[in-house]
Amino acid sequence: MYVYDQYDQAMVDARVAEFRDQTRRRIEGTLSEDKFRPLRLQNGLYLQLHAYMLRVAVPYGTLSSAQMRVLGDIADKYDRGYGHFTTRQNIQYNWIKLEDAPDILADLAKVEMHAIQTSGNCIRNISSDHYAGATPDEIIDPRPYAELLRQWSSFHPEFLALPRKFKIAVIASETDRAAMRLHDIGIRMVHNDAGEIGCAFYVGGGMGRTPMIAPLLNGFVPLDHLITYAEAALRVYNRYGRRDNKYKARIKILVHELGIDEYRAQVEAEFAHLQTQGIEPPIAELERIKAYFVDPTFETGLSDAIDLSNADFARWVRANTAPHKAPGYAIATISLKPLGKAGIPGDATADQIRTMADLAKAYSFDELRVTHAQNIVLPHVKKADLFALWQGLVAADLATANLDAITDIIACPGLDYCSLANARSIPVAQKISERFAASAKQDAIGELKLKISGCINACGHHHAGHIGILGVDRKGTENYQLLLGGSEGADTSLATIVGPGFSEDGIVDAIEKATNLYLAKREDGERFLDTYRRIGMAPFKETIYG
Amino acid sequence: MADVPFRFRSDDVVADPAVTVDAFAAQTNATAVRIEPGEDARALLPFLDRLRLVEVNFPTFTDGRGFSAARVLREAGYTGELRAVGDIGVDQLSHLRRCGFDAIAPSAELDPAEAATAFAVWPEVYQATGDGRPPIWALRHTAGRGK
Amino acid sequence: MKIVTGNDLKTGAVTWWDGAAWSLHVNDAMDVGDHSADIIAREEAARRVVSAYVIDASSDVDGIRPAHIKDRIRALGPTVRLDLSLKPADPAAGTWVI
Repeated sequence: MYVYDQYDQAMVDARVAEFRDQTRRRIEGTLSEDKFRPLRLQNGLYLQLHAYMLRVAVPYGTLSSAQMRVLGDIADKYDRGYGHFTTRQNIQYNWIKLEDAPDILADLAKVEMHAIQTSGNCIRNISSDHYAGATPDEIIDPRPYAELLRQWSSFHPEFLALPRKFKIAVIASETDRAAMRLHDIGIRMVHNDAGEIGCAFYVGGGMGRTPMIAPLLNGFVPLDHLITYAEAALRVYNRYGRRDNKYKARIKILVHELGIDEYRAQVEAEFAHLQTQGIEPPIAELERIKAYFVDPTFETGLSDAIDLSNADFARWVRANTAPHKAPGYAIATISLKPLGKAGIPGDATADQIRTMADLAKAYSFDELRVTHAQNIVLPHVKKADLFALWQGLVAADLATANLDAITDIIACPGLDYCSLANARSIPVAQKISERFAASAKQDAIGELKLKISGCINACGHHHAGHIGILGVDRKGTENYQLLLGGSEGADTSLATIVGPGFSEDGIVDAIEKATNLYLAKREDGERFLDTYRRIGMAPFKETIYG
Repeated sequence: MADVPFRFRSDDVVADPAVTVDAFAAQTNATAVRIEPGEDARALLPFLDRLRLVEVNFPTFTDGRGFSAARVLREAGYTGELRAVGDIGVDQLSHLRRCGFDAIAPSAELDPAEAATAFAVWPEVYQATGDGRPPIWALRHTAGRGK
Repeated sequence: MKIVTGNDLKTGAVTWWDGAAWSLHVNDAMDVGDHSADIIAREEAARRVVSAYVIDASSDVDGIRPAHIKDRIRALGPTVRLDLSLKPADPAAGTWVI
């Protein structure tokens, strides 16, 4: 894992002091709310329905046990004993006091964490593959490049008042686990024909009210030009991105209006110019960062055998573990999606957060990941330790065996917490979970990614759900639209609205009908998404509304 | 002539009225120009020799196009006064300096002590922006660095 | 009736204008008639509230009911965490917001 040097530490400490001063000025009255709002947002502080909300960055989703423990302690000390893991690999606290926010940032800085640029019209926290460094299917660990970008984008003076927010993801495998092409810039680490590593840049993806899949901008940017190229791409956006209409201000609209070829030509011209300006860190800096991401010392000669004689454990292993690149190891996912009304997607109590920290220390080389699906990953678990890990999870109510199943629902906070929402998301997620958990149907259905957003801003990624749900306000009552056919994976696609919306109970019934049709129509090995793609919308529509 | 409370140059304040970019291009003797957010600073690049003052207007501090305009001019070799004007608070001061502004004239008066704190907020910087400050990556890889 | 709501500047807590001060309880809210703009301007300037706005509400024997579900949820708390709401002992409190 990356470790701060004195420079990194000085920068986060300076940020804490700056925000403490800004908060003081706001409370004393020399800084108005209009001036303060963009500043607090760039420190992750929102004013939500019930209180201030603080979003803490988890750069590229990677955390140490010590950091995770502090996240739990903050939940107890400053909040109401829990936190919410988000679809951009961050954590947010729902009940924060403005006057406490600087102290929280100071506590975070002690463990090399921060809330820098987790909101606002700036470059946001860089996200990545939650299996990075552990999965056998990547060409290289993408996180050093994300860290290089993190430092470049932190307090970048030219890009702190962009037309709109700007999200970057970096991955290094064909299997896209980070919704890379639904980001403002998506970077995939690739090999060129000469076998060198470089970056493929995709630009102009996003969800929100105008979902778009990012087209390819440049198939191979050499590593020693990564920052320069990113700066060129941002400068063109800052220059031309629309500022007359916030709903048309994202780079996806610019790329769409200019066309990818014209945008590319502008970026190439700026790139050629910027190459003369000496803004690229030396490769030695990348090498310095990479040294922090070397593999932990995996034991060798381990067996891959797992004793699956305990049926519950066997079920959890099948559902929640993935292959690891080192023999005898597995990647284990801790589901934060308890079944039915037992919990809230992405929420974890302070005790659960600390338990996960302890388990990572004991069984995963001190490391955890936050996933965009609002779960937690222990990336490096010895297969021989899986049973002990599972027992620890069972004791903390964290052993739900439902990864990528229909009850592993992504849901935004919705109208229960969010001031932008039009409808509640969490109660719908709970009702769906209850309906499918009560039957064996969840197992029969297999992989089905269900995603719920409480408004058109799409924090719950409904456009990318095999089944998506969008909450809307219909004359003051909550109403839910059903979408089918989205995917955030390597086969990225956008979901399509089925038809007229439903009540809260109606949407649960509609989903059950859709899954029944799938079970009746599927061919060997087909996931829900595959069947939908094969047979199309019409039969689903007929079943749901017929 | 506007008061310029924050100035980091030793030459005399340019008193010439700043004209619009369109007027400037048509007027061969103008030496001062004012850029609005939607205007492309690159239009001025053919005229850098005769420019003594470029004012960049920030009608609202949340519109950051002026930051790019400043860097474009400095990167092209402009050495005259580069003055940020408009809706500027203390919390924008360090970013303006980093992008190459050497004069700042906010439309509302700023508290001098708060401004002094704001200019000094960053002990080091992560990026090379042409303002002369060595980025952290350069400090890390300079042999015999003092820290 | 018209009532004014906002958040406490320092704590962020949802508050309701009761005619003299800010209350945590919607039932304390006062009908402000057409004076909301003055109240909001004065109270925001005094930094006693942030993000204040006026809403429609109705009043009956059960108390004051904001017209929009968003403000009813603000008045109660998250319906999925009634333990953290203003009515932690009432398991049916969530039905009030619908």
